[in-house]
Amino acid sequence: MAEYETHDYDVIVIGAGGAGLRAAIEAKSRGLRTALICKSLLGKAHTVMAEGGIAAAMGNVYPEDNWQVHFRDTMRGGKMLNNWRMAQLHAQEAPERVQELEAWGALFDRTADGRILQRDFGGHRYARLAHVGDRTGLEMIRTLQQRAVALDVDVFMECKILRLLSDADGVISGAVGYWRATGDMVVFSAKAVVLATGGVGKSWKYTSNSWECTGDGHAMALWAGADLIDMECVQFHPTGMVWPLSVRGILVTEGVRGDGGVLRNAEGRRFMFDYVADMFREETADSEEEADRWYADHSAGRRPPELLPRDEVARAINTEVKAGRGSPHGGVFLDIASRRSPEYIRRRLPSMYHQFMELAGVDITAEPMEVGPTCHYMMGGVRVDAETGAATVPGLFVCGEAAGGMHGSNRLGGNSLSDLLVFGYRAGMGASDYAEGRTGTPAPNQAEIEHTVAEALAPFERDDGENPYELHHRLQDTMQDLVGIIRTGDELDQALERLDELVFLAGKVKVTGGRAYNPAWNLATDLPAMLTVSRCVTLGARDRRESRGGHTREDYPNADPEFGKVNLVQRQPSGGGMAEEIKIGPEPIPEMPPELAALFEEGH
Amino acid sequence: MAAEVVMRVWRGDSSGGAFAEYRLPAQEGEVVLDVVHRIQATQAGDLACRWNCKAGKCGSCSAEINGTPRLMCMTRMDQLPEGPVTVAPMRTFPIIRDLVTDVSFNFEVAKQVPPFAPPPRPEGGYRMAQVDIERGQEFRKCIECFMCQDVCHVIRDHEENKAHYAGPRFFIRFAELEMHPLDTNDRRELLRQREGLGLCNITKCCTEVCPEHIKITDNAIIPLKERVVDAAYDPVAWLGRTILRRRKASPNEAAAHGR
Repeated sequence: MAEYETHDYDVIVIGAGGAGLRAAIEAKSRGLRTALICKSLLGKAHTVMAEGGIAAAMGNVYPEDNWQVHFRDTMRGGKMLNNWRMAQLHAQEAPERVQELEAWGALFDRTADGRILQRDFGGHRYARLAHVGDRTGLEMIRTLQQRAVALDVDVFMECKILRLLSDADGVISGAVGYWRATGDMVVFSAKAVVLATGGVGKSWKYTSNSWECTGDGHAMALWAGADLIDMECVQFHPTGMVWPLSVRGILVTEGVRGDGGVLRNAEGRRFMFDYVADMFREETADSEEEADRWYADHSAGRRPPELLPRDEVARAINTEVKAGRGSPHGGVFLDIASRRSPEYIRRRLPSMYHQFMELAGVDITAEPMEVGPTCHYMMGGVRVDAETGAATVPGLFVCGEAAGGMHGSNRLGGNSLSDLLVFGYRAGMGASDYAEGRTGTPAPNQAEIEHTVAEALAPFERDDGENPYELHHRLQDTMQDLVGIIRTGDELDQALERLDELVFLAGKVKVTGGRAYNPAWNLATDLPAMLTVSRCVTLGARDRRESRGGHTREDYPNADPEFGKVNLVQRQPSGGGMAEEIKIGPEPIPEMPPELAALFEEGH
Repeated sequence: MAAEVVMRVWRGDSSGGAFAEYRLPAQEGEVVLDVVHRIQATQAGDLACRWNCKAGKCGSCSAEINGTPRLMCMTRMDQLPEGPVTVAPMRTFPIIRDLVTDVSFNFEVAKQVPPFAPPPRPEGGYRMAQVDIERGQEFRKCIECFMCQDVCHVIRDHEENKAHYAGPRFFIRFAELEMHPLDTNDRRELLRQREGLGLCNITKCCTEVCPEHIKITDNAIIPLKERVVDAAYDPVAWLGRTILRRRKASPNEAAAHGR
């Protein structure tokens, strides 16, 4: 018999970034017994690293902005693979969610007339991002954290959840995990579970993501019988640091480009003018003069090509480097020093200034930065109901990066923080409604608990076995080399073979030391989720034989209209686990109603 | 650059411990956290440390490096003096294991802060001038690394003070709310009685270690002390308030409000 402590709640929320906090706030405000569970300390989740801002069509800077324009930008950015209803709700509700943050104490930068200032970002027609310098994520997570504390939400910090638990009828009824500080096991029973576990980037070598981004929610939902969609759609942010090697991948905000920074190759050329896809040609400047006029007044010129959606910019940088026109350390140059005053740069981009000064010894007010693509964001995720965040298994709700559909095949900058707020709120409501309507006491399956605990503790029992750090490095090399920004069928097949081997080895991990705050063991328990998600990404990438948004196939370089009508859906019908079979197949995406489809016709 | 780095990392738990020495080949551009990660991967898999963002934004990896509280992710090896580098956990908080300390004290203090209480939102949203929120924005840069708490000698060497002292991190939180143009709570008596503002004797140790360069003492603690003293002891101000009947919520009412 496994030993564990137990807790009982109406709603448990797993993950305490923006989405999880917002969901917990909603459930707690409704008077439900609510627990918020996170792998790190409260306030340290990956949301804290978000820099640029929260996209919301408030119209404070450009009154002509409205939800229809934001909706249209989002859908076009996602190459129309988005769930239209999610994109619509997101565009409609983001302004209210931002205003709400202000009422909870957030201090956004202001316009001259005292309203919330909005900045330009890639793919957004108007200046739309509410922000605080380049530390908007910190402002958001702190505001939500302080709100959750004021509401007296129960927080379980440094608590790793291993698996979701269902009852005899297959309804999600809780979760099992362990306290990192002691290694002691803990079981939660709950009437509804919200997954807000964030991203998957730690499976790649060069990533902007923190250690927490191991796809726990994606994997746990799949294991519990939920559908995942479009897992091949991974965003490589165009501008990560490339040097020194130890900081390679750390994010350089798109705000640098929104505030006037430009990309140049080794020859000094603003190469983005050479990479304007037909879809965006009409609204993109075709000369440097025109692009530069736009910054001061959006009616005086068209948008600079540096502000195309991220997938376009990342591919362009990749091509320039491959063609031998890269910077000394294998990136390109991002130059704001020659275009804006040192005072302006330090005021608008204070953390970029410090980041480069302290980590790379580069003064960004005097010299250009070296940047290159870095694994940043998972557009795919758990298939959810747009209104409630409900997954395809009862009792489970998913929001934030763990949920799929909202961003299609490519996310616009700034749409993540707004996604967290809009769908964190909605999943919190959905879970609360479900919990209120659920009768009886949730009874998590005892055998699932026993099995999960035994599996988690097995690495301590083995006399000999694999080093978890080494397996993790091999996984990162595999995904970086074979399932990166540009993919081919052969390499994806190779990746699947290597992943099978790593899954086999992950079943033989050995760790030494005790259970109390043991990072080797913690990593060992993260590996099953990382490997599961990596298999899903690779399978999706193999089967989507086209290029769309964040998914680029060298052997299928064009978008295929037939693939544009389907989500690739993955599920585990015969038992959940990293080594179990994954079924994958196309299913039609929901069709947009005519009044929304009209927004994409000419004249808009 | 030396060919080898020598790290002395504190290993142990609440029952005691000692520095363990690790030798690794040097690598260009590394920060202390990179070396700790390499020790984990190659020599001591169970070496405990906290970290998240590795970019100076989350405040998880605070430690005492060569005796000074710093973020491990923002401390470059090549900018430390030649010779062995010592890495120890923050001393003010109880040890969990190795470099990880129990910082729950801070999360308990956070619960004592009466929340932001604005008036109802007007049509079209609140209006605030940039100049009126800049001080608050300075304080909201705080990444909660708790190094100011670690270095504050009111609690660093006086465990008994923790029961009635909020510490610099929370003085800037109080200051941010007190200076917020829309806030209606009054936290001055709470600061004087419960949060021990008077115990701070402005040695500025907190300001020196702040990785966000927040002027904790000058911009938060000293102005708060002035406000608290004005409220509690200035007879002219008391008279003025009584005559003008300027009404702000009392700390108790404030604490009840919004909870």
